[in-house]
Amino acid sequence: MAAYVIRRLWQMIPTLLGVVLLVFFLFKYFGSDPAVVLAGQNASADQIEAIREQLGLNEPTYVQLGIFLKQIATFNWGNSWATHEAISHLFATRLPATLTVMLPIIVLQTVLAVPFAMLVAYMRGSLVDRSVMVGATLMVSISLLVYVIVFQYVFAFRLGWFPVQGWSNSFWTNLTTYSVLPIIVQVVVALAPYTRLYRTFFLDEIGHDYVRTARAKGLSEQVVMFKHVLRNALIPIMTNISASLPGILVGSFLLEVFFSIPGLGREILLAVNRNDYPVIQAFAIYIAVLTMLINLATDILYKLVDPRVVLK
Amino acid sequence: MTAAVIARDKIAPARGQGVWAASWRRLRADRVGMGAMVVVVVSLLVVLATGLGLVGAHWQDEVAVPNAPPGFMGPAPAEAVGAIAEPKGPNVDLTDIDPLAPKYKEWAERAKQYKTVEHPKEETRIFGADRLGRDVLQKALKGAEVSIMVGLLAALVATLIGTVLGALSGFYGGKVGDLLEWIYNVFTAMPDILLIFAFAAVFGRGVLPVVLILALTGWTGIYRQIRAEFIKHSVREYVRSAEAIGASKASRMFKHILPNVSHVALVQLSMHVVGFIKYEVILSYLGLGVRVDQVSWGTMLSESQAELILGYWWQLVAVTAMMAVFVTAFSLFTDALRDALDPKLRGLE
Repeated sequence: MAAYVIRRLWQMIPTLLGVVLLVFFLFKYFGSDPAVVLAGQNASADQIEAIREQLGLNEPTYVQLGIFLKQIATFNWGNSWATHEAISHLFATRLPATLTVMLPIIVLQTVLAVPFAMLVAYMRGSLVDRSVMVGATLMVSISLLVYVIVFQYVFAFRLGWFPVQGWSNSFWTNLTTYSVLPIIVQVVVALAPYTRLYRTFFLDEIGHDYVRTARAKGLSEQVVMFKHVLRNALIPIMTNISASLPGILVGSFLLEVFFSIPGLGREILLAVNRNDYPVIQAFAIYIAVLTMLINLATDILYKLVDPRVVLK
Repeated sequence: MTAAVIARDKIAPARGQGVWAASWRRLRADRVGMGAMVVVVVSLLVVLATGLGLVGAHWQDEVAVPNAPPGFMGPAPAEAVGAIAEPKGPNVDLTDIDPLAPKYKEWAERAKQYKTVEHPKEETRIFGADRLGRDVLQKALKGAEVSIMVGLLAALVATLIGTVLGALSGFYGGKVGDLLEWIYNVFTAMPDILLIFAFAAVFGRGVLPVVLILALTGWTGIYRQIRAEFIKHSVREYVRSAEAIGASKASRMFKHILPNVSHVALVQLSMHVVGFIKYEVILSYLGLGVRVDQVSWGTMLSESQAELILGYWWQLVAVTAMMAVFVTAFSLFTDALRDALDPKLRGLE
């Protein structure tokens, strides 16, 4: 196991280097000149030149790349161009808000979609099954934007059940007051596609021989479904969830924008609108690292749950 | 020699149905799929018509009163529009104290020299009007053109990138394969939306940048599929035979294998269209999509948010309905297409 983990960490280095190169050259060759962005609209040519000198933009490319690598290795990104807040501080303060919204979403949508999908799969071909499938297709076809707009209007603005938007300093208030509506919206939206997907996993298992054997030896339907089918279907479901885990880092950007939640996604969007390159670059690399680590953790977890999986 | 040809003709079985003909037959038998296809084709014709300027070319004309309601609701009551009631009784004569009074007559004479045409603003439109009095139906059709075009083009470019890279990686393997796998790993190392934001930060706004952004982020899944197919096919007998008779590598890749895996690319293409349309809508909503002088479903939704609070719901409903119809039809069509082209997968969903 230790050898596996070390090898995986070792393999991350070229990928990470690729991400660094991609981010570096993307902004160097396609982005606008940082000095012009920083100097503002009324800057003179001298001022722009001074900023170029200060940022090291007049150095050859490999020196600039070296500076970039040094920043990454030392976690010293300097400050945001727009707010002059330290970028590492920015990251550390925005991550909790994102997780406060995203973790309950992941848990709730799984807890709801799995039994629902099992039920629908059990009643395959029935009217309920068909109407749920048609309903799911219809629900998925409507943009997430529409759900957020309508839910915010109806439940927060009209009925006043939830605050329209906002965030506080207390984790508990955030969880029980401000993030409730965003969580509901996302879970409602995600329920349809996940039910559809998990239903196929259940159907796949129900078709196997061991289910017929279990029924033939006289086991009750509950035992067949919960002890035999559910356990096996959980494996592809887990794969699916673990594949979606990295998404929790920025996945809620739309909710964060609508509900004024100071999370990572909203921060990146603000940075994009302000041409705040250091923030975008730093976030891209930090999140890539986190994504790779999450993937490694889920692979290990996978091994613990399913003994048949061989790590290589 | 002649005898041999005749003999071959005799024993050669009747040519079987080609894969495309067989797929078309299966697709035609799928009633839901055919219905969806009709809707998709009609929508694409509408897109073509708006693209040629036959429909929705005048979406920017302010033809109605601001926020004119849909036809069936009748005109908005005067107080809702914010009109001020006309004063009753005679006007007070201010001629004695008004310093401009002597000039009024001269100005009136001069004004007569210029021709002005009054366009009467309509009280209602079929689907209502937005805050500038632009017709919502025309806007939604024009927006459909932009959103659907972006989705189709981005899916085409992504499929092109994914297919070419996947073919190279799967066929050559070795160093080329390693290099391409490395690029794939880099592009999938972070969540899609982050990559989209990073590209959006440097590429700017407009239809073409959005197409590029979506294609450059979305090719990875297609690459993976095509690569797997090429790995599988490159060792098959027909490819070996082609090699034996001296077919070049390019010829084997694109003349022999590609037609045999093109159905995978086609299914992937149509699966990505819907996803890209949804992304375009979100990007345009966030102001990272099309330019401000263009209209897409996303920009309409962002306008409709403010309108909804004032009670003007029609823009939201029009866009949502139009998008739901197209996206549902396209998804159902994609499902039918996949079932028809790859019957092994049928019945899973």
